[in-house]
Amino acid sequence: MKNKGTFRKVLRYIKRYMPLIVLSTMLAALTVAGTLSIPMIIGSAIDLLVPADNTSAGRLDWGGISLCLLEAGIIAAATALLQWVMNAINNRLAFDVVRDIRNDAFEHIENLPLSYLDTVSSGDIVSRVISDADQFADGLLLGFSQLFTGVVTIFGTLLFMLTLDPLITLAVIVLTPLSLVAARFIAGHTYSMFKKRSETLGEQTAYIDEMIGNEKVVKAFSREDESQEKFEEINASLEKYSLKATFYSSLTNPVTRFINALVYAAVGVLGAISAINGGITVGALSCFLSYANQYTKPFNEISGVVTELQNALACAGRLFELIEREPQTPESADAAELTDARGSIKAENVSFSYTPDRKLIENLDLDIKPGQKVAIVGPTGCGKTTFINLLMRFYDVTGGSISADGHDIRRLTRRSLRSSYGMVLQDTILISGTVRDNIRMGKPDATDEEVIAAAKAAHAHSFIKRLPEKYDTVIGEDGGSLSQGQKQLLCISRIMLCLPPMLILDEATSSIDTRTELKIQDAFTKLMKGRTSFIVAHRLSTVRDADLILVMNNGSIIEQGRHDDLLAAGGFYAKLYNSQFSE
Amino acid sequence: MKKLLGFLTKGYLKETILSPLFKCIEAVLELFVPIVVADMIDNGISRGDKETVIRSCVLLVCLALAGLAFSITAQYFAAKAAAGFSRTVGNALFRHIQELSYSDLDDMGTSTLMTRMTSDLNQVQTGVNMTLRLLLRSPFIVFGAMIMAFTIDVPSALIFVCTIPVLSVVVFGIMLAGMKLYGKVRGGLDKLLRRTRENLNGSRVIRAFCMEEREISAFRADNDTLTRDQLVSGRISALMNPLTFVLINIAVVILIWQGAIRVEEGLLSQGAVIALYNYMSQILVELIKLASLIITITKAAACGKRIQAVLDGGEGMADGTRTEGDPDAQYAVEFRGADLCYRGASENSLSDISFTAKRGDVIGVIGGTGSGKSSLVSMIPRFYDTTGGEVLIDGVNVKEYSIAALRSKIGVVPQKAVLFKGTIRENMKWRDENAADEDIYRALDIAQAREVADNKTNGLDAEVEQGGRNFSGGQRQRLTIARALVGSPEIVILDDSASALDFATDAALRKALRQFTGTTVFIVSQRTSSIMHADKIIVLDDGHAVGIGTHSELLESCEVYREIYDSQFRKEDKAV
Repeated sequence: MKNKGTFRKVLRYIKRYMPLIVLSTMLAALTVAGTLSIPMIIGSAIDLLVPADNTSAGRLDWGGISLCLLEAGIIAAATALLQWVMNAINNRLAFDVVRDIRNDAFEHIENLPLSYLDTVSSGDIVSRVISDADQFADGLLLGFSQLFTGVVTIFGTLLFMLTLDPLITLAVIVLTPLSLVAARFIAGHTYSMFKKRSETLGEQTAYIDEMIGNEKVVKAFSREDESQEKFEEINASLEKYSLKATFYSSLTNPVTRFINALVYAAVGVLGAISAINGGITVGALSCFLSYANQYTKPFNEISGVVTELQNALACAGRLFELIEREPQTPESADAAELTDARGSIKAENVSFSYTPDRKLIENLDLDIKPGQKVAIVGPTGCGKTTFINLLMRFYDVTGGSISADGHDIRRLTRRSLRSSYGMVLQDTILISGTVRDNIRMGKPDATDEEVIAAAKAAHAHSFIKRLPEKYDTVIGEDGGSLSQGQKQLLCISRIMLCLPPMLILDEATSSIDTRTELKIQDAFTKLMKGRTSFIVAHRLSTVRDADLILVMNNGSIIEQGRHDDLLAAGGFYAKLYNSQFSE
Repeated sequence: MKKLLGFLTKGYLKETILSPLFKCIEAVLELFVPIVVADMIDNGISRGDKETVIRSCVLLVCLALAGLAFSITAQYFAAKAAAGFSRTVGNALFRHIQELSYSDLDDMGTSTLMTRMTSDLNQVQTGVNMTLRLLLRSPFIVFGAMIMAFTIDVPSALIFVCTIPVLSVVVFGIMLAGMKLYGKVRGGLDKLLRRTRENLNGSRVIRAFCMEEREISAFRADNDTLTRDQLVSGRISALMNPLTFVLINIAVVILIWQGAIRVEEGLLSQGAVIALYNYMSQILVELIKLASLIITITKAAACGKRIQAVLDGGEGMADGTRTEGDPDAQYAVEFRGADLCYRGASENSLSDISFTAKRGDVIGVIGGTGSGKSSLVSMIPRFYDTTGGEVLIDGVNVKEYSIAALRSKIGVVPQKAVLFKGTIRENMKWRDENAADEDIYRALDIAQAREVADNKTNGLDAEVEQGGRNFSGGQRQRLTIARALVGSPEIVILDDSASALDFATDAALRKALRQFTGTTVFIVSQRTSSIMHADKIIVLDDGHAVGIGTHSELLESCEVYREIYDSQFRKEDKAV
C-alpha cells in the first residue's frame, strides 16, 4: 500500500523528537488512568447514598462520602493539569515535524531542475507546501492527541471493568467490535468519495481559474453562455460527489452512537441482573454505565482519527512526492570556481532538446572571444531563450559541451557560473520586499550610495524618487503597482549594481518607452565594453554593431557573422532585416 | 445574507426543515435514556424485579434504533441541502460574473472573484451542513438535560443552572481566543505561501542571482515564526479539555453531595442521583459541539456575506437591441469627441477623441506606455463605455446594439495571449461555433500560425493545456490572432498583439491582413514599423490625440510621432 511507505517516511521525521514522544505517551497513560478512576470513585460515593438501615430516609455515611468526593476532586484537578501538559507537547511535536518537512520541501524546490519546474504548475507545488502540509499538521496533531489516548483508554477501561465484573466485561468486548467494523466500513467508503470529490473540486477550481481569470477574453468573444454551461456541468458532478462524501462521512456518528447505545443497554441489563443477584453494587453499575459510554468514545475518536490520518497521509504523500523528485544534477565535489571570468565561451558539437522526440539544437559550434558582443536574432520561437537556458545552465545540454574560460560548465559550481552573468529578461520578476532589496539581489552587501548609483545608471532613480517611500517602498507580490516598464528598469538596476563579467539581455528593454530606451541603450553600450554579452532583440537596429550575430531558426543556428557580411550574403538574415522596412 | 439563504429555502425547503426537526426528535429520544436507567435501578434492582430490568433494556434498544433512523435521515437531508445549495449558489455566482462589465471586473478583481467561488463557497457549504445537523440539536440537549433535571429534583437542577453558564463562558472564551490567535497563524501561512510562489515563478532570477541559500534561510525564519505562533495558539486551545474536565467533575462532586443531602431527607432515590449524574455528562459533550459549530457558522457567515457582496455588486452594462447598423453609413467606425474616465479615476484616460474609419481601412494607434492606446480600442467593442461623446459603428452608437451582436462583429486580439484548455480547433471556434476547418485554416494562414498546428501530430485536434502553456509566447500570440479572425469579423482589433512576434512574422501578418478586404483593422503598437503603412495613424500622448494622419503627413506635422520614429529607425538605417 502506498500509504505504508509514506507512513515510514513520516516516522523518520518524527524520530528526531523521540524524548517528547516518550513523555507524551507517559502523560497519556497517566491521564487515562485518572479519567478512568473518577467514575469508579463516584460509583463508590453513589453506593453510600443508601441509608444504613435501608429505609427510604436516614443518616448516611458522610465521612465516606466526603472522602470519595475529595478524592474525585483532587484526581480530576491532577488529571486536567497533566492533560494540558500533554496537549502542549503534542502541539509541539506536530508543528515541529511539519515545520521540518516544509523546510525540506522548500529547500528541495530550490534544488529542482528548471526542466521540472517549467512543466508543472506553480499553484500545484504551492498547494503542496502550504495546504497539504497544513492538513498534514492537523492530522498529525489529532493522531498524537487522540490515537494513543484512545488506544490506552480502550485497554484501561477493559482493565478497570475486569476488576468490577468479568462477565459484563465479556459482553462489552463481544459487542464493541461491531463499532469498529461499522466505522471501518464507513471510512472506507468515505475515502473514495472524498477523493472523487476533491478531484472534481480541483477540476472546478482549474476551470474557474481559467475562465474567471480570463473573464475579459470570455466576454470579448461573447462566450458567457458556453462557459456557464460547462461550469454547471462540472458543478453538477461536484454536487453529486459532495452529497455522497458528506452523507457517508456523516454516518459515522449516528452509527457508532447506535452501537454505543446497544452496549449501554447490554451493560444495563447484565449489570442490573447481577445487582439483583448480589453480584455488583448499584454504584458499580453506574460506574459500568459510564465506562460503557466512555468505552465507545475512543472507538468513535479512533475511527475519526483514522479517516483524518488517511487524509493526512495522502497530503504527506504529495509532499514527499515533491521532496523526492529527482533534484538537478548535483555538483561534483571538485567542481571548479569560475572567478573573474574573462568571458570566452565555447560550444562544441552541442545538441539539446526538451523532449526526446523533438530535436531542437543540433551540432552547434561556437567560439566567442572575451569582450565580444553576440546578438541572437531569429523569428519567434526559434530557440533564442533555449540558448540562454543552456548558457546559464538552467538546462543541461543533451550532447556536446559548453565551456566558459576553458572549463566545461558542468564542472563549475552553478553559483560561480551564474554570478558571472548579469541577466535581464523580458519577463520581469521582482521579489516582494523593498525597492532596495530588489536592486541589491546580486550584491546583498551593497551600500545605499552604490544602490542609488546603479539606479541612476539604469534611469530608474527618477521614478523611484517619486515613490511614496523612495528606496524603501515595499513592492507587492509580482511587482504590484509598478508598470511593466518600471519593473524592467529595476531589473536593469540590478545588473548595473553587481556589474558581472558577462551579460545576457533578453529583450531587456521591450517594455520601456522609446525615449527612456534610447538613454538605457547608451548605458548598456558603456556597460558592455570589455564584457562578453549576449543580446536577444527583435529590433534589428540595436544589434547591427554586434561582433557576432547568430541567426536562429527552428532551434538551430543557420547563419553567423557580422551584420555587413550577413547582409551581403543575402540569406535569411538579410530577408529578416529588410522585412522591417517593407510592408 | 437573506438573498443567499433564499437559495436554500427556495430549492431545499423540505430538507432545511426536516433535517433539524429529525435531529431534535433524536435528541429527545436520547434524553429519555437516563430516566429509563433510573427507573431500572429504583424499580428493577431495589425490588429485585428482573422483568422491569428486561423491559427497560428493550426500551433502550428501541430508543437507539429510532434515534438511528431519524439521525440518518436527518444527515441525508442536511448533506443534500448543503450540496444542492452550494451548486445553486455556485451557478448563480458564475452567471453573475458572466454579466459583469469590464469596469466591474476591475473593481472586484479576478483573484477575489476566484476566492469567492472556491474556498468561500466551500466554507458556506460546510456551514450549512453543520448548521442543519447541529444548531438545534446541541442546545436542545443542553437545555433538555437541564429541564429533565428540574423534573427530577429542583435544588439539584439549580446546580445545572450554575454549571451551564460557567462551562459556556470557558468553552466559548477559549474558542474565541483560539480563533483570534488563529488569524495570526493564517498570516504566517500566507507569508510562506507568497515566498513559495515567488520562488517558483521567479526560479530563473533566484538562480541567476544565486539567491537559493538566502531564500532558504528566509523561508526557515518565516517558518519558525509560524511554528511559534501555532504553538501559542495551540496552547490556548489545549486548555479546553482539561478546564472543562475539571469544571464538570466539580459539578458532579457538588451534585452528589447535594444528592446525598436529599437522599438523607428521603426526597431523592439513588437511581435519581444516577440519572442526574448522567445528564451532567451529556451537557459537556454537546456544549463543545455547539461552540465549535458556532465558530463554523461565524466563519461561514463571513464567507456568505462576501459571496452576497459579489452577487449584489457590479453595475453590469445596459444592453441595447439593435443587431444591424445603418447600411448607408459612411464610416465603419467613428469616434465623436469620445472621453473615457475609468471608474474611480479622477482624470480622463482619454479626452475628446474624434476620428473616422472607412470600411476596409487599416488604422494604426501609436503612443508611449500609458498613453491610452488600449483604452481607445476597448471602447469599440464596448468593453468600457464612453463617459463623454460617442462611438459609432456603421453609423449607430455602440450603446444601441445588443452587446452580443456588437461583439460578434468584432475580432479582438487581447494583449495577453491566452488560450483555453481543449483542442486547437475548439479554441479556434470561439468566435464562430460553426466554423469549418477551411475557415480555421484560412485564419491560421493569415495569422502565420498554420505551422503551429501543422507541427503537431494531431493538427487541429492537438491538445491545448490550461492557459495554453504548452505553447510558446509567440505561438500563443499567433493562435490568438487566428482565433479573432475566424468567421470573418467586420472589425479586427490587434491590441499590441504582435509584440512577441519578430519583424518578419509581423510584416507577413500585416500583409496577409490586407487580403481581408472590407474588414476594418485596428493595430495598436509601440513599433512604428507595425503601423507606418496604415491608412490612418492616431498618435496618442497622455490621453490626447496629438496627431491623426498618414505616416508621411505625421512625419511632417507631429513632433511626438517623429520622435518615436527616429528612436526606432536611426538615420543610418533609413538608408538601407
